[in-house]
Amino acid sequence: MALCDRIIGNGVGAKAVVAITGLMLTGFVMAHLSGNLLVFAGPEAFNKYAAGLKSLGGILWVARLGLLGIFILHLGLAIRLNLENKAARPQKYVNEATMEATFASRYMVQTGLLLFAFIIYHLAHYTFRVASDDVNAVPAEDVYGMVIAGFSNPIVSGFYVLAMAALAMHLKHGVSSAFQSLGIYHPNLNVVTQKLGPIIAAIVFVGFASIPVSVLMGCIK
Amino acid sequence: MDLTLHVWRQKNSKSDGHMEIVEAKDVSEHSSFLEMLDVVNENLLGQGKEPIAFDHDCREGICGACSLVINGEPHGPEYGTTTCQLHMRSFKSGQHVYIEPWRARALPVLKDLIVDRTSFDRIQQAGGFVSSNTGSPQDANALPIPKPDADKAFDAAVCIGCGACAAACKNASPMLFVAAKVSQLAILPQGKPERERRVLAMVDQMKKEGFGNCTNQYECEAACPKEISVEHIARMNREYFRAAILEEPEKQGHGGD
Ligand code: HEM
Ligand code: FES
Repeated sequence: MALCDRIIGNGVGAKAVVAITGLMLTGFVMAHLSGNLLVFAGPEAFNKYAAGLKSLGGILWVARLGLLGIFILHLGLAIRLNLENKAARPQKYVNEATMEATFASRYMVQTGLLLFAFIIYHLAHYTFRVASDDVNAVPAEDVYGMVIAGFSNPIVSGFYVLAMAALAMHLKHGVSSAFQSLGIYHPNLNVVTQKLGPIIAAIVFVGFASIPVSVLMGCIK
Repeated sequence: MDLTLHVWRQKNSKSDGHMEIVEAKDVSEHSSFLEMLDVVNENLLGQGKEPIAFDHDCREGICGACSLVINGEPHGPEYGTTTCQLHMRSFKSGQHVYIEPWRARALPVLKDLIVDRTSFDRIQQAGGFVSSNTGSPQDANALPIPKPDADKAFDAAVCIGCGACAAACKNASPMLFVAAKVSQLAILPQGKPERERRVLAMVDQMKKEGFGNCTNQYECEAACPKEISVEHIARMNREYFRAAILEEPEKQGHGGD
């Protein structure tokens, strides 16, 4: 179909799909973060929230499959675009300068792939419970206990914090860039859209990293 | 001043190129970069060597023929300046200056610093025009255009099609060029009849030529000798989505005949 070809088949269209799916994933990340911060409200509140999610049953699976679809679209198209970009300059500059491109913008694929590795590990760690004996020793209903058990290991916590740094970098460029990809550019809006990436990146990093760090420092137990 | 030039030398489009060191002695700081190369070439000729091939024409910053990536920056270190308008006072005596051609699969090197830019011509021919029957000129005020629109269109129309955007882009994408051409006509009433067809055809041709995709790093805006804003890329994206939905498939590509 022509419309499908114009959107998926073309760089400008595919970039818009990467932008929309990226913003949807960002929305998920923000929702996930606000749920997770309930660990600071104590075991009861957190476990009640987790049980509430699980009781959604069928709806939860629809949401999970939807998220997986969005994720595959995002990652698949982003990688295809990146391969096209690499092929577009077979001979590198001997002396290459960077005038405007930010560090975050130049390592989107690397931070993205690190996120991919993290997501696999994260699901194995807490969702499928196949990565850590400490976590598996806690009953599946006690999600709070799983979090404490998992993050008591400094290496595990370190990897989580590193992954959140990658996520923050990805979003610092990605969120602001998504608006440009979607053609949203206006002097009145740019003040917001250009700062949104860095702001969301900071919230996501501080918010998520605070949990393993608090466990390690014994602030929550 | 004396400079050590590191120049890309390549016999033809088939052969491999390499960097070659050429000394430039007693360069006047008042000369332009191309005049400096003219003197270097005179000396090379005097020594019986092959002069360095580079593109140029108007030498007043309006034709878009000159190119050169100088120390990694298309058109050199001076902001909003073409290589022909770049003066040697921007350099210091003793400096090493790297001079390379535009590098992109769709802009292949023909010889030394000269690249084949016909891919840009083909993108332009795909839709960067308005079709109208010529006749006696109509009254200048018959087609009212708001001043802000005229200014916006003009900001895009200053594009000289030099290729610096594609050369600067980490992905070798000429989006700023294509966006300027699309934008210029999309803003004006004269461009409306072919509005959808134009953007679809030009974006499609850009892809066919083997250029990369924009990742919003804005290297192009920093390199553009005409200081064209990436605002036009956002407008082209909007134009593209609008046309992708509105334009009926069979009509596409009947533009220029
Ligand atoms: C498997 C993991 C991932 C990979 C390989 C990946 C890769 C990429 C790449 C290569 C880009 C394009 C960058 C550019 O054009 O400069 C991108 C954009 C983006 N990504 Fe990801 N990503 C991943 C996961 C995520 C996640 C989990 C989120 C959100 C939480 C996300 C949000 C975004 C956003 C908002 C954009 C901006 C789109 C745009 O520039 O128009 N990504 N991603
Ligand atoms: S030679 Fe014409 S713009 Fe530089």
